Amino acid sequence: MLVNIKINGKDYQADSSLTILKVCRRYHIHIPTLCYMFHEETNLEHKPASCRVCVVEVKGRRNLVPACATTVYEGMEVTTNSLKCMEYRKNVVELLLSNHPNDCVYCAKNNKCELQALAAELGIRRVHYHGELSQKNEYHNARGLLKNPAKCILCNRCTAVCREVQSIEAIVPTMRGFKTVISTPNKCITCGQCIQVCPTGALIQQDDTLLVEKALADKDKYVIVNTAPAVRVSLGDEFGLPAGTNVEKKMVTSLRELGFDKVFDTNFGADLTIMEEANEFIERYQKKENLPLITSCCPGWVKFIEQEYPDLLQYPSSCKSPTEMFGAICKSYFAEKNNIPKENIVVVSLMPCLAKKREAARSELSNDGYQNVDYVLTVKEYAELLKRRGIQLQDLPDSDFDHPLGESSGAGDIFANTGGVIEAVARTASKWLQGEVKDCNFTAVRGLSGVREASVKVSDDVTLNLCICSGLAGARKVLEEIRNGTSKYDAIEIMACPGGCVNGGGQPVRTDMDQIDVIKARQKGIYDIDKDKLIRISCDNEEIKALYDEYLIAPGSKKAHELLHTHFHDSSKA
Amino acid sequence: MKSNKELFKELGAFISEKNNDPSELISILHFAQGLFGYLPMSVQTFIAEKLKINVSRVYGVVTFYSFFTMVPKGQNVINICLGTACFVRGAGDLLTKVEEILKIKNGETTPDGKFTLTTLRCVGACGLAPVMQINDKTYGNLKPEDIEGILADYY
Repeated sequence: MLVNIKINGKDYQADSSLTILKVCRRYHIHIPTLCYMFHEETNLEHKPASCRVCVVEVKGRRNLVPACATTVYEGMEVTTNSLKCMEYRKNVVELLLSNHPNDCVYCAKNNKCELQALAAELGIRRVHYHGELSQKNEYHNARGLLKNPAKCILCNRCTAVCREVQSIEAIVPTMRGFKTVISTPNKCITCGQCIQVCPTGALIQQDDTLLVEKALADKDKYVIVNTAPAVRVSLGDEFGLPAGTNVEKKMVTSLRELGFDKVFDTNFGADLTIMEEANEFIERYQKKENLPLITSCCPGWVKFIEQEYPDLLQYPSSCKSPTEMFGAICKSYFAEKNNIPKENIVVVSLMPCLAKKREAARSELSNDGYQNVDYVLTVKEYAELLKRRGIQLQDLPDSDFDHPLGESSGAGDIFANTGGVIEAVARTASKWLQGEVKDCNFTAVRGLSGVREASVKVSDDVTLNLCICSGLAGARKVLEEIRNGTSKYDAIEIMACPGGCVNGGGQPVRTDMDQIDVIKARQKGIYDIDKDKLIRISCDNEEIKALYDEYLIAPGSKKAHELLHTHFHDSSKA
Repeated sequence: MKSNKELFKELGAFISEKNNDPSELISILHFAQGLFGYLPMSVQTFIAEKLKINVSRVYGVVTFYSFFTMVPKGQNVINICLGTACFVRGAGDLLTKVEEILKIKNGETTPDGKFTLTTLRCVGACGLAPVMQINDKTYGNLKPEDIEGILADYY
């Protein structure tokens, strides 16, 4: 129902189901917020009304009300910027700051902290309250997440995302009052979505840049980097470029400037994954066994099924993830071809993902005693590394990936988006089944919502029932169907992060626009790259063909299994 | 004394009675604490599995309410009310006296496992202020010099 309200003396109309905050945002009336979060990509509105920063005056009400949690009504008169509001907000933030370490200058979140920005916006020049900190100001490392409870303002955005978006509850609020603290992650899959929504430096990621710098400085090491599909459309965010800008060629130049011996593309690994996974899928589909096949590129998702659904471990594809396949090929085919001792090769993966760090450490992801991937850097870490070295990405000239592990099809690029892996599988399966693919755009699988269904015709007599999940709360429902025996799908793609890798836990967070628009811009950037590629089907990639001819023989061969496939563990009791 | 296995069986039966409903968590925790005396991680994990919720949520609730404890309590639990009415009528002095006699601080248990000393905020018997509870028994209108005699009954 539409109601008439007054905001700051002006008349507006708004739906009575909306909160004051939503109405104000719609009409571009700024109300500062802190604990509030609208996670539009998953339609999660988190409004605990606990920080009281968004308070406004409502005529006839004795106390100020939180705009985030108060709905509008006919005749309501709201003032958002009175002296009373300003003083109240300032007071609230001062109280938060009185229980917050003031070490901004060397905090990892310096210049990216919402509390810091809010203090600046409200013009706070001193804090009138002093007392002891409720928690010790120090970081604890829990599986790649660094947690500092002293910097936590208890907005509970992290716990909301973990509970609602991922359905894991690896972190929850514990204790009470002054002692309240967000618990240490339990059953964490390291997706990093909590880090992405943390307004302060309370949750940040582990920093491995020094390890990579040391490897680069070591003359005996042959350091190879591979860059995930999603990185090329997000790295520009850290250098002032518009969201979704494709910086692939500048990124390649920057990696050479840093001193990497070879700059290769994880997309190559993605094409390789498709060769193996499409082959595995067709085999399973023809035998009608272990269907649906579930993709296994996403390490957060792999950890999830291992701990939550250990009875379903026969369904994920046995393929290693693209970067792990890439690493295995680097330390075998590439090393042998170029006479480089395997022990000297260091494989660094530049990823949009935090869970990749834990994946790289898995003991089964190794061959001949060497880990497939040695170090993983997230986009955030890489941007910091570049800035430290004084490399301005936006000013660099373009250059191309090295070969032979640098060629890729558009099918490799779209791995970055939710639905991309399944689309890439469909392209290659279609090509194999009917010899040619008229239209590579299986647009039915694209989108952003958490669970999507699509029927895709890959040949005249084969139509596949597909399901695409991003965000694990949705995936959980689909997995329950498999457990109950009611699943009707042939193949399922699951990515832990909402929207896929473009919204990964290691991606830069833009403060100047809504995250959903960032995700959309990155998705578009990826599909544009794919559209313009000459080769769009993995099995048409000439370097992939050469790799099979010279080394792997055929998809699913013994050699391919040794290098490119893995297995999963039941970790429900761990 | 029942074995641990029997206690878990009893707890399991209670949870089934509640239809494994997660909204019954608090009453289940009450029951479990009554059975085991405290709520160790093994009990919390058991409850979480039965209710099909994450153990972290159970832990969050256990740590939120001061009634729940994760360390074993003494044979007798002394609760001194520090609510407003009791406090202004000298509950602080009662607390000091008990601490003196038992040689433990608020929140601790005596080495012999006889007593655990805790405080709470209002038991709803303000007319008897200041009030002390030992187990289920409430003592009212207390003065510090009454304490020693009362405690003697529990040895």
